[in-house]
Amino acid sequence: MSEAENQQHPIGIYLKIWLLLFVLSTASYMVDYFHVESYLRWTLIIVFMLLKAGLIVAVFMHMMWERLAFVYAILLPPLLILTFIGIGALEADYTFLTRSIFFFKGAP
Amino acid sequence: MSHPVSTIPIHSPVLEPGMKGLVSDWSADQQSFKKVPWGKTMMWIFLVSDTFIFSIFLISYMTVRMSTPDLWPNSSEVFALTLGGKEIPLVLIALMTFILITSSGTMAMAVNYGYRKDRRTTFVMLMITALLGASFVGMQAFEWTKLITEEGIRPWGNPLGAAQFGSVFFMVTGFHGTHVSIGVILLLIFAFKVWRGDLEHERPGFLTGRKGGYETIEIVGLYWHFVDLVWVFIFAFFYLW
Repeated sequence: MSEAENQQHPIGIYLKIWLLLFVLSTASYMVDYFHVESYLRWTLIIVFMLLKAGLIVAVFMHMMWERLAFVYAILLPPLLILTFIGIGALEADYTFLTRSIFFFKGAP
Repeated sequence: MSHPVSTIPIHSPVLEPGMKGLVSDWSADQQSFKKVPWGKTMMWIFLVSDTFIFSIFLISYMTVRMSTPDLWPNSSEVFALTLGGKEIPLVLIALMTFILITSSGTMAMAVNYGYRKDRRTTFVMLMITALLGASFVGMQAFEWTKLITEEGIRPWGNPLGAAQFGSVFFMVTGFHGTHVSIGVILLLIFAFKVWRGDLEHERPGFLTGRKGGYETIEIVGLYWHFVDLVWVFIFAFFYLW
């Protein structure tokens, strides 16, 4: 396609992002290694995960250099997944409740 | 009188940036995605659909883990390896994570050198990426073997706790591993095409007959980075949670 523009960017930015991804991966591994627990653990895991995912999509997959019309068409639909997560969590809670009642064999 | 030839080109050479650009691109006829080769658009649309597939896997994982009254096995211990007499948690998974990130980096290099028309470096980078991908699959095979033969984990149950652990593990990592394997095959095919000069000389491909070009390396790269992206989520939710 003649109108297509090459996604050519300086090598330096890829190397920096690469390094950042390494640091973030090490950080998320450290969360497990040092047995960080409960809410702090879950928050850290999600923060590091989202940062890594964002960097990969934005830089390695070139999204930050694409036109907005394209970016929105690709990145908005997956947001629907959040609704699905909500439905799944509701259903799971209900199943857990019924199972707890059904399998309850008296206090241990 | 001859037909008046329109002096306004179909695609105005000046493209609006930002929100105005979003509206004008979408309201333009014929083509909404400017400056994007259609092969890339198609790959992105496939990746969005694949995103939904992996999301469904991870959401079902969430659902079964939340709803089981049994104890969920501690992945930190299940995936620990004993190295030098010391048990290190999740060490193989961490190594696999680093390998996949490194392969993403070399893939980005391959795309970059491709656009520079540096045939040799592009080929080398693609081969390194394929090699790293293959080693990832190899480690996964090792991990599966260990879990099946030593820990006795099966898709229908395991001695460590909730039966769903096995089914989720084999389904999610199996699907991801399949994606990596397909990626390795794609990388090898395109490394061969680069080496042979098919992209440089714009030779038609054997399947589609389309003119070769280095943007196909970027498209293969998108798939490869996506595989890495999925692993980020699997690593966070399945192994670390």
